[in-house]
Amino acid sequence: MSELEGTVTDRVAVIRREATKSRAEVRLFGDRIFNATTYLLAMAILALLAGLALSLIFESIPSIRAFGANFFFSSQWDPVNDQYGALPFIYGTFVSSFLALLIAVPLSLGVALCLSEMAPDWLSHRLGFLVDLLAAIPSVVYGLWAVFVMGPWIRDYVEPLLSHLFGFIPLFQGPKVAVGMLSAGVILAIMIIPYISSVCTDVFRVVPHTQREAALALGATKWEMVNTAVIPYGMTGVIGAIILGLGRALGETIAVAMVIGNSPEISASLFKPAATLASVIANEFAEATSDLYVSALVELGLVLLVMGIALNIVARALVQGVRQRRFQEGAK
Amino acid sequence: MAAAATPSLRIATPYRYRKIKSDLMMSVTIAATIITLIPLFLVLGYLLTKGFASLSWAFFTHMPAPVGEPGGGMANAIVGTIEVVGLACLMGVPVGVGAGLYLAANRSSRFSDWVRFSADVMMGLPSIVVGIFAYAVVVRPFGGFSALAGSVALAVIMVPLVTRTTEEMVALVPPELREASLALGVPQWKTTLAVVARTALSGIATGVILAVARVAGETAPLLFTAFGNRFWSTSLIHPINTLTVQVYTYAISPFADWQRQAWAGALVLTAMVLALELGVRWVTGGAAKAPR
Repeated sequence: MSELEGTVTDRVAVIRREATKSRAEVRLFGDRIFNATTYLLAMAILALLAGLALSLIFESIPSIRAFGANFFFSSQWDPVNDQYGALPFIYGTFVSSFLALLIAVPLSLGVALCLSEMAPDWLSHRLGFLVDLLAAIPSVVYGLWAVFVMGPWIRDYVEPLLSHLFGFIPLFQGPKVAVGMLSAGVILAIMIIPYISSVCTDVFRVVPHTQREAALALGATKWEMVNTAVIPYGMTGVIGAIILGLGRALGETIAVAMVIGNSPEISASLFKPAATLASVIANEFAEATSDLYVSALVELGLVLLVMGIALNIVARALVQGVRQRRFQEGAK
Repeated sequence: MAAAATPSLRIATPYRYRKIKSDLMMSVTIAATIITLIPLFLVLGYLLTKGFASLSWAFFTHMPAPVGEPGGGMANAIVGTIEVVGLACLMGVPVGVGAGLYLAANRSSRFSDWVRFSADVMMGLPSIVVGIFAYAVVVRPFGGFSALAGSVALAVIMVPLVTRTTEEMVALVPPELREASLALGVPQWKTTLAVVARTALSGIATGVILAVARVAGETAPLLFTAFGNRFWSTSLIHPINTLTVQVYTYAISPFADWQRQAWAGALVLTAMVLALELGVRWVTGGAAKAPR
């Protein structure tokens, strides 16, 4: 083996090997950077949620220190004397949300059954699209409409009728005004119907046709089929949808702030003005003067956050199984 | 569990009555659908009539007029909305798309499950809570309300929406495409960006536009972050006016002039949001749907 020849071949081989190696390294390096970046961005979502919770906890420490558990049982909301209690807002939030569910759940179920069982495909998709549009309209627009159109209607027609029919119940007593719990409940119902009905429609659509056919073969009418095969089969998903709707209703802010009247009082009458956790934050946060005032408002936000997270966890768990089934069946 | 709630079929009841009951109940579902759609048409109808009645060219070119002075417009609010939402996109979209790519590439790891779960929870959170977060991390440290704070709030709302649509869209890309690219020796990162993400690009863009439509209509998280401004401002560190906040302040004001302006503002806002939503649906043939 000549020395010269050996060196040249070796050199070429070495250069080749190094070139390949460095190309592979570059490639691995690129992959590593890319994977690390997307990993960090995914991590950012966890960090955001944790940061949300931590910053709210941190900001509400002064209020937690000052009032402790009493915060949740006191109905005194008195910024002038720096005394804060959340009870009227918790009450207002729950009553307005349940009122909304009371109206929205039957309607949403009706819509979902109409879309999944009654309407032919072409109509069902168009109707579903229109119902979805309800979710696209900005909250402040609903608020505007509720203040100038719906509120006066409720004052002039709905409240007189209710107090005439059910006036013996304290719920329907009192002066008839455009802004109050009832108006808030109705506008909330309109806003959460698309959320509940779209999940319910999905849920009913994945009920296997064999279930329906079995009921029909046993001689069931259409309604009996729905009642015995479709609704029981989708019950878990329906409950999940309702909880999801409740979560939306609890946190809805602007439309409610515009029509509920914003008065931190607990009253038996649905006609009276009230306030919710979200509406009081929207109204008072920017003008809160003392640190304790801001802190108390943040603690109200913390209550909303905890309720939001809890409801979402439950609802997603209930709906998820159904949704996965949809993806599997949708594939064929 | 479900069986307990199931009523038995009462075959003994004459068919005629069962049929009548069935028809009645099914008509009730149709009635429910009609009742549900009435508010949609009422809201849109009032928007069009009241909005167009107060809409003029000045609305787009003039500044808000002081109380008692008729006319004026929302030029600063329109520009403010575009600025705040645009900046939110700059911050939120890369995070959302990156996280979505990660989730699509690592579909079944435990970490991915946690991220997916957090994104779902974040989507359902009240937006006003996000506003408080932006107040705590931007307004407080910087010592004042600012356009930047508003953008941060909107970006936080966008991130989970973009993440989930990106993941869903990328998951729809056939694995063969990816394998073909890898087999040709294209590095993984290049495959993901130039082949997989490229194929899913229209889907990802759809998700981004739906997220933009969603945050452009947000008011609550802007109230104490971007705050609002009666004057012209495009500065990031000063309060800025947005359409939603301007409509809100005008709507709850006692002045008839301002209330008329609120209707015009609401019309423009709704037109913007619906144009984005409908545009996307039209382009994608109705398949696109915002994640809930």
